[in-house]
Amino acid sequence: MAKVTFNTDICKGCGLCVLACPKKILVIAADKINKKGHSPAEMTDQEKCIGCAFCATMCPDCVITVEK
Amino acid sequence: MIVFQKPKSLTDAELHYCPGCTHGIIHRLVAEAIDTLGIEGKTIGVAPVGCAVMAYNYFACDMVEAAHGRAPAVATGLKRSLPENVIFTYQGDGDLASIGMAETVHAATRNENITVVFVNNAIYGMTGGQMAPTSLPGQVTQTSPYGRDVAVAGYPIRVCEMISKLDGPEYVARVAVNNVKNVKAAGKAILKAFQNQIEGKGFSLIEVVSSCPTNWGLTPEKALQWVDEKMIPYYPLGVYKDRSAEVTEK
Repeated sequence: MAKVTFNTDICKGCGLCVLACPKKILVIAADKINKKGHSPAEMTDQEKCIGCAFCATMCPDCVITVEK
Repeated sequence: MIVFQKPKSLTDAELHYCPGCTHGIIHRLVAEAIDTLGIEGKTIGVAPVGCAVMAYNYFACDMVEAAHGRAPAVATGLKRSLPENVIFTYQGDGDLASIGMAETVHAATRNENITVVFVNNAIYGMTGGQMAPTSLPGQVTQTSPYGRDVAVAGYPIRVCEMISKLDGPEYVARVAVNNVKNVKAAGKAILKAFQNQIEGKGFSLIEVVSSCPTNWGLTPEKALQWVDEKMIPYYPLGVYKDRSAEVTEK
């Protein structure tokens, strides 16, 4: 199964990964805040992830690591 | 198995760019090209003046900071004195297409064996969103609040079209980073630009159509749409010159 990890501390919450995800399982966690003061991206349903790495391809800050 | 991780040629420093700025993607593509070719130890980058002025903090290779627009001139000196090293410049549109136009055109016509990564976001980002040589007709900026009037400010400069008309350069291409498909194509073009240099073919320029959500006054999502709807029609993507391909065709 694909495993996606977020380096949440450096996420700026821009949402480009959310746009790129073909399975629509990424969200900006509006109820959370990281040390930079942004609401970071997170995954809602790891089971549905296909490990395409589209999110990581569009992330400007190398927040995302994808393993399969 | 790791499908995707941060390339080794980027440092652990956190990027200072605004949320949704595609500079980060372009930094990563350059770093991936350096990793793929295994040239981390002998690559020297030349940083511009502009938003990417602190690129020397982010690339894990030797970096030189050039005066505004002078990156191709500095790169020329580096390449001629250190021909075994791989030299690239990373410049924005305010740097390359405005104050640095002369250096760029002359480096291209001399076919200096360097790689130029040109980030075109149609605005001066670092200084707060003034009109750039590449701002689109009608585009609202700090210094064109009623939209760029071509009768007063002239027309945007299409750098790839202009440089590709010279006899000198080896490879001139325009790519974009507004969606996954375009990012992958951009990565390939940047890799080819580095390969050309290693093979001694000469001057390669990759123009990357980028976004500036902050100074365009758009969300990161809308900024990518704006790239698609406004920027790419004015700045068509594609390979404008590839001398080695021309030779093979003949």
